[in-house]
Formats: sequence, C-alpha cells, structure tokens
Amino acid sequence: MSKSLKLAAALAVTVAAFAAPFLLAGQRTAVAEEPAAAGAPFAPHQPGAFGLGREATPEEVAAWDIDIRPDGTGLPEGRGTVAEGDELFQEQCAVCHGVFGEGAGRYPVLAGGLDSLTNERPEKTIGSYWPYLSTVYDYIRRAMPFGNAHSLSDDQIYALTAYLLYLNDVVTDEEFELSKANFADIHLPNEGNFIPDDRQEEAHYAADAEPCMSACTPEPVKIVMHARILDVTPGSIDDEEGAGAGSVD
Amino acid sequence: MQAKKGINRRGLLTAGLAMGGAALSARAASAGGDPAILEVQDWNRYLGDGVQARPYGTPSQFEAHVVRRDVEWLTASTESSVNFTPLHDLDGIITPNGLCFERHHAGIAEIDPAQHRLMINGLVEKPLVFTMQDLMRFPRVNRVYFLECAANSGMEWRGSQLNGCQYTHGMVHCVMYTGVPLKTVLEEAGLKTNARWVLPEGADAAMMTRSVPIEKALDDCLIAFKMNGEALRPEQGYPLRLVVPGWEGNMWVKWLRRIEVGDQPWQQREETSKYTDLLANGTARRFTWLMEVKSVITSPSPQLPVAHGKGPLVISGLAWSGNGTIKRVDVTTDGGRNWKTARLDGPSLPKALHRFYLDIDWDGSELLIQSRAMDEHGFVQPTKDELRLARGENSIYHNNGIQTWHVKADGTVENVEVA
Ligand code: HEC
Repeated sequence: MSKSLKLAAALAVTVAAFAAPFLLAGQRTAVAEEPAAAGAPFAPHQPGAFGLGREATPEEVAAWDIDIRPDGTGLPEGRGTVAEGDELFQEQCAVCHGVFGEGAGRYPVLAGGLDSLTNERPEKTIGSYWPYLSTVYDYIRRAMPFGNAHSLSDDQIYALTAYLLYLNDVVTDEEFELSKANFADIHLPNEGNFIPDDRQEEAHYAADAEPCMSACTPEPVKIVMHARILDVTPGSIDDEEGAGAGSVD
Repeated sequence: MQAKKGINRRGLLTAGLAMGGAALSARAASAGGDPAILEVQDWNRYLGDGVQARPYGTPSQFEAHVVRRDVEWLTASTESSVNFTPLHDLDGIITPNGLCFERHHAGIAEIDPAQHRLMINGLVEKPLVFTMQDLMRFPRVNRVYFLECAANSGMEWRGSQLNGCQYTHGMVHCVMYTGVPLKTVLEEAGLKTNARWVLPEGADAAMMTRSVPIEKALDDCLIAFKMNGEALRPEQGYPLRLVVPGWEGNMWVKWLRRIEVGDQPWQQREETSKYTDLLANGTARRFTWLMEVKSVITSPSPQLPVAHGKGPLVISGLAWSGNGTIKRVDVTTDGGRNWKTARLDGPSLPKALHRFYLDIDWDGSELLIQSRAMDEHGFVQPTKDELRLARGENSIYHNNGIQTWHVKADGTVENVEVA
C-alpha cells in the first residue's frame, strides 16, 4: 500500500463523521514511497524523550486556549441580550460592518443574503452561509473589533452574537438573551448544506484519460473572452473604479 | 517604468519593445560597431562599492520593477489583504524570500523571538511550552515546498479578468524550509489515543486557526523557522510558521504560537465562512485542503511580452501538484488543438514547483499558448470550462484551470479564454 493510500485510509476513519475521502492522491497508481521529502526521518519517540520545553501551567493554557467548538466546548460563563448587543455593535462594529451588518464599503457583510447562494452574486453571511454559531463567538473573541482584538468581555461577546442572530432573523425577539446554557441549542439555517471534498469524482478527473495531443478540437479554437473588456488590472486605464468582479476570499 | 500605483503595463510594453529593437540587441551599429563595445563604460573604469557597502545585498537597480504588487480594489484594508509574486520575472523553482506573496489578516506581526512561545495543549500527556531556543534543539530537516493560496486564480472564475500571471497566478511561492517535523514535537508532548485533529494558531491579531487532521500533522508537516537558509521573513511568519505540504496556504499558520490537539474539528471561521467552496446548487464543499495539479506559462505573458520578433522563443512556466511530483507538462500554441510535451528542467521534488520550457522557432504569427500539467498520480489539469461545469462560478477557491495567453503578432500578450 502506498504511503498516500495508507494516509487516505487512515483519514477515512478519522473524519468518518464528515465522510471526507479528500485526498486526490493515491486513488490511482500506487506510487513508490516519496523520497527524502516525506515526513519525519526519525523513529517515534517516547513523550518527553528529548526533555525539551517545560510543562504549561493551567493559567497559561487558559490564557491562550479560547477556541469554541460547535458543541459548545470552550464557551465561557456569561450572557448578553440582543438589545445590549445592538448598542455595542453601533459603537464598535457599525463603522465597518454597517448599522444592520450590511457592510460599509468593502468590509464584510454580516447579515442578509438569505436564499442567495444559487444567485449569480451570492451573499455569504452568518445567516445565509455559516454552518455554526460557535464560529461567530469564537471569531469575534479572537479577532474583532479589527485593530483592537481581545478588548471585549465574554458577556459583551454573547450580546454581540445575540445581535448578529437578530440581524439574521435567527431570533426575532429583542429581549432574547444568549448564554452558555442556551448557546448549543441554536442552529444556523445553512448547517446542512456543507458536503465533503469530492473533487476527485468530477468528470474531468474521474475519466482518468490520457490527454489528447493532436487534432483535439474539430475546428480551430476562437477567442471568446478578453481580459481587456473587463480590464481591472492595476495600472490599466479602467482600473480606477475598481470595477472588479472577483474576490480573494 | 514603474507607475505610482502598481505597474503601468502600457508603459512597460512600449519600453520593452523599444529595448527589443535597440538596447537589448547586440547587432553592430552602423558606424563600425556597438557603442557598448566600442566605448569605455563607467563601470569599466571607475571603482565600484567596496565590500560592506551592502551588508545585506539587494538586487541590481535595473531590477527595481521586480516586486510584489497588489490589487487595491480587492480588499477593504491593506492589513487584511494580499499581494502577488512576480512570477513572470522569475526563473527556476525557488522564489526569493522578498518576493514571496503575502496574505495577512491583521497585518504583519513583528515578534521578538525572545518573547515567542510555542504551546502544545489539549489531548496530550503533558501540555508543553517551548522557547525558540528549545525548538532549535530538536533534530531538523530541509524541504522544498510550494505554498499556494486556495484563492489563487480565484478572480478568473467568471472569465479572464486580470492581465498578468502575477495577478492570475501569483499567490504561489516555493522555498526551502528548515524546521522540525511537527510529529517530533507532538510526540514530545505525547498524543492521547483519542487525538484526531490539531489546531495550529497564530500570534498575530487575527489569531489565525485551522483544523488539521492528525494523519497530516504526523505525516509531513513541519514547524519551520528558516526559509531559503535564512530566518523567516516577518511577513512569512517570523519567527515560526507551520508548513503543510501540498495543502492550501491558509493552513500554513504564520507566527505559530500554539497547537491544540483535539478529537473533532473546531469549525473555525477560516474553514466555514472562508475556504469552503460554494457550488452551483448552493451546497458547499468543506475541508478541501489539497491543492490540485496546476501550471501556468510565465513567459511570455501579459507583463512580459515578446520583445525580440520572430525566431527562437523560449516559452517557460511553472507546474505543481499537492499530490507529489509533476510527471509531464504539455504546451500548445494553437489554443489546445495540438500539444507538444515540454522539457522539465531543474529538480523535480514532491509538492514543489517544477520549471518547464518549450523552445520554439516563432514565425511571428499570433499564438494561443496554454500549458497542461500531469502529476505522478496521473491527474491532469482540467480546463476552466470543465471546472465551471462541475462547480459553477462561485467557488472562489481551487481554480486550477488551464490558462490561455494570446500572443499577438507585435509580441504583446493578453489574458483570454478560448472555445
Ligand atoms: C475597522 C473595521 C472593523 C471593525 C470596527 C470591526 N470589524 Fe469585523 N471585520 C473587519 C475586517 C477587515 C474583517 C475581515 C478580516 C479578515 O479578512 O481576516 C472582519 C470580519 C468580521 C467577521 C467575519 C466576517 C466573515 O464573513 O467571515 C465578523 C463576524 C466580524 N468581523 C464581526 C465584528 C464585530 C462583532 C465587530 C465589533 C465588535 C467588528 N467586527 C468590528 C473589520 C472590522
């Protein structure tokens, strides 16, 4: 069994919950062990064998380990209401994300876009796209407000998360209070629409055909699109408006 | 040549063509020969700078146009933005450190290595903290890998848009990393039997995080502190970054300060809101980690027109695959009707850039040039239309489609699509 096949097999077990046979490699020809490049050249060793590093204190782990999982693991004690979140959001977030989370300028849109995922221009927001609420709390806590991260209290983040639920019509009551206790009960509408990586099943890969080398098209090919029609290249004449139709992420 | 904002392509073209006609040509001038030979030049006579005039060497002043460039309209702020490697100006397979594209989510963290710590916690026998000095005492390895952002070529899903391979394909670089296998460090802490995932985390103000399956972590991931022999550049994660060979660049967490071990993925923002691939039917693929087989012709390309007229022409480009090595690259000059197998030259290393060449005798007529890579597992780079058929146009990420450049009779080059 090739290395990548073993890896794929092992992964299939690990990520069974996501049924993700993601590895494109190893599905075809068995390939010899990768030369020097693969993995560690050293035999497995016992914990602490090098005697390097020192034990982390519980306080140190608590200071850095702030991540939260969809099942609520990692949530701190606390609570906050939609109304409290509204006030905070207008003070600390609206300048970039808009009063209703609609986004100012090119800053991310946080609300709206429901049922837009099959549109020509989908709007991917917490309500329309994100699978888990835990990601909202986790991300605000680690990275927002932009340029002043780690300045919000746990209660404030509950309140902001509640307000974002309200902006996205997941809750409709301004008195709604989000807390550690009711957090994991809330599900976002798009949770069920994420699927495992099945790129290798796409026709162009699955065909596994030798590529054509000559007379591959019946007619000479024609140009059907020019970059210059939509030229947004920096330095080009039409770049000023920033009319670009793309996105990096 | 260098415009205030980005590159002035039209200016560059004119200059390039003018050079082709005169300065770059070694043909004898009418009056007895070439002044470059007949006249004594300043550098033939006077002394140049001595040693230590340039304690850290930089490129020639005549290479000042070889720089990273950004596309201002793409992002709201430069601290959460991207710039692009000038692939068209480079050769071989190694990217110089100062030209490796940048992608930050909260600007460049400037970290004093004496204040940097790496913590391993979660499902381990003993949570550990390492200083940089501790990490330097583990056995280390050297590996050459490409790093490609999953959104490389992402602006081209709806059609040709940016005129230059720097912009269409420049979110890739390839350097040699020196570092400690992640496996070594995880084993030092001791993995519990239910360890299935790790969560690397950055020390910057974005505190970047991604869930990585344990098999990958134990396979070929590195904790790297050097690139091309010298310390990581700040913009590449100094003093410490994760290397996740063949997988999307976002997972290569920079300014690495913590690795948590867990039994489930964490569903972080960068693996839910971002780096998931929306399909035409509204569902989205997640955990699409692997960077598929891909290639691009870097020369000629829109920023590097043919300046010398007909005759010998070197068509050159890069190919890579997250699956391993590149087995073959084919090049067409007629938009994909007929193909010739290009010559791979230089080291062929797994999950690294490969350099290819097709040396042709150009008759001066228009060309539609494309490259098509095949990796060691037989995966063949698809066309953009094949990808659109399978995925729609809203995936943003993982666009590895075949790129077409239109070389016109005057040598200028444009990004086009053909059918
Ligand atoms: C100075 C502008 C600014 C302010 C103020 C700001 N943000 Fe942001 N926000 C950003 C930027 C920029 C990003 C994207 C960062 C990146 O790409 O990594 C972002 C991303 C986000 C996201 C993720 C969006 C997505 O689609 O993935 C959320 C949620 C968010 N911000 C919430 C907040 C909250 C809540 C506040 C107020 C406490 C806030 N932001 C304040 C600029 C801002």
